[in-house]
Amino acid sequence: MTPILQLLRNLVTLRWITGKNAGRNVVIAVPSLFLAAAFLVPFLIVLRISLSDMETAGSPFGGLLSYVDGIVVLKVKIANYLFIAADELYLLTYLSSLKYAAITTAICLVIGYPFAYFMARARPSIRPVLMMLVMLPFWTSFLLRVYAWKGILANHGLLNDLLIALGVVNEPLHMMNTSFSLVVGMVYAYLPFMILPLYANLVKMDMRYLEAAADLGATPLQAFWRITVPLSKSGIIAGAMLVFIPSVGEYVIPELLGGPETLMIGRVLWDEYFTNNDWAMASSVTVLVILLILVPMAIFNKYKMDQDAGKQT
Amino acid sequence: MSTGNNAHSFLQRWFGRGWLSLGYLFLYLPIIVLIVFSFNSSRQDMVWSGFSLRWYSELMSDTEIISGFGLSLKIAFMSATSSVILGTFAAFALTSYQRFRGRTVFSAMVSAPLVMPEVIIGLSLLLMLVSMQKVFGFPERGVLTIWLGHTLLGMAYAAVVVQSRLQEMSKSLAEAAMDLGCRAHQVFFLVTLPNITQALASAWLLTFTLSLDDVVLSAFLSGPGSTTMPLVIFSRARLGLDPRVNAVAALTILAVSIAVIVYAVMLARADRRRRKQLSAAYTPD
Repeated sequence: MTPILQLLRNLVTLRWITGKNAGRNVVIAVPSLFLAAAFLVPFLIVLRISLSDMETAGSPFGGLLSYVDGIVVLKVKIANYLFIAADELYLLTYLSSLKYAAITTAICLVIGYPFAYFMARARPSIRPVLMMLVMLPFWTSFLLRVYAWKGILANHGLLNDLLIALGVVNEPLHMMNTSFSLVVGMVYAYLPFMILPLYANLVKMDMRYLEAAADLGATPLQAFWRITVPLSKSGIIAGAMLVFIPSVGEYVIPELLGGPETLMIGRVLWDEYFTNNDWAMASSVTVLVILLILVPMAIFNKYKMDQDAGKQT
Repeated sequence: MSTGNNAHSFLQRWFGRGWLSLGYLFLYLPIIVLIVFSFNSSRQDMVWSGFSLRWYSELMSDTEIISGFGLSLKIAFMSATSSVILGTFAAFALTSYQRFRGRTVFSAMVSAPLVMPEVIIGLSLLLMLVSMQKVFGFPERGVLTIWLGHTLLGMAYAAVVVQSRLQEMSKSLAEAAMDLGCRAHQVFFLVTLPNITQALASAWLLTFTLSLDDVVLSAFLSGPGSTTMPLVIFSRARLGLDPRVNAVAALTILAVSIAVIVYAVMLARADRRRRKQLSAAYTPD
């Protein structure tokens, strides 16, 4: 009880903005209050709406607590969750979101690891240029870059024209609006998120370990698998999380490049709100997506904190 | 260095160069395609049929895109500024104060919007705003609500950029200032702030472009009459290819490239100047 009383007293006496630690308290309080209002409270409201009734007239959702004849009634509606659990389509969509996110992460790792590795092993004088070339696309519109793939992968698009001109195929390949175009777009958009943490990790590596391994008779490939890869584990985790978590809920890329059969949870959520106008359902889907990505997010945060702690020592 | 490994390292070097070139080709192909085909005279898919500035002139009379662009600029300016202020506060709290109540939760909340899918952030903000409107009668969805969403997202990015600069900055500078009698706020304004101006500028530019480009949050948080440029582009891109969009793309890429190159040159100059001063300060007379 004491800390709460203390907090209340501090609030009332305004000690936190007048006292000795005033600067520190303001620096912490301002972003905390903003995050509470713009991040935490909205999630609590979503949770609440996901458990409430749609039927009440005038209000978009019913109250959880009601007071009737001296009895407080807590009404929790779990029908939405039961519906999601029973409906195969939702389950399939969750699974297929996870599948596309996993495929994207794996391909990004396969392309991005050697890329980051060769960047880190390039001459120190050209490393900043290589780095800037990876960063530069970040500064140009993500939306427009994804849109450009429509023109490249279309039936009469650039890639098909090229393949026909080279005589590789006679008929244009159907690539647009398939899971292929979706994966190309996702890998394209998220590749820099894999490269950057890996590069930051690999460039810091102590090369003496590799020399020691070579002296002890390891072949370059052995040294790579048994020294470089384990040492870059934290970079791999960071990159994988930065690609995997946002791609589970990706909306823009599936909408522009995916086909009708490429199920993604972000699109279902969007439709539930904008097309079906079903708030409670949209909220329930949101809650389940958050639960789904909470585990990788916790891993990411733990990694980030380890890294922060490492930087300060 | 090593013996008899020349053939191997030669191969490795060329493999590395090849991999990097293909990777960069992949990253830049869509950008090149957009620029080249913005000068295409035909409307047909991506079939080249001659050089033309037709789409640029059509763009100039496209009021939907032009007014959307003005609105996007305004929102981007507002949200970049507020994101950098809030992000700097958060970064400062995380680097300077190792222990305070709720630090773990605070740290998680600051970085969560970086990875949280935007559909989720957008929907939860929207449902909160709608609930608020039911109870208090405000706010209407529009510029201010988009600003709120973009600030939340931008703050996370700004915090990361500023935090990494603060961690690089040696503690000894601040400690020396304290020893010389600076008060905490003097340390901040006289020592810390001048040292992180570059990071603040980078963070501002980054959050500015993020806001200028955002589709999902804007779609959830916009109201009638607040259609930003990405929303216009997105609704056209969903329907198919629109050569005017290529022209918009080419223009934004041009503007951004100029800005980034100028900024990089300025950074390099400032860095060289600082190094010169440092080496001058440390050379004994």
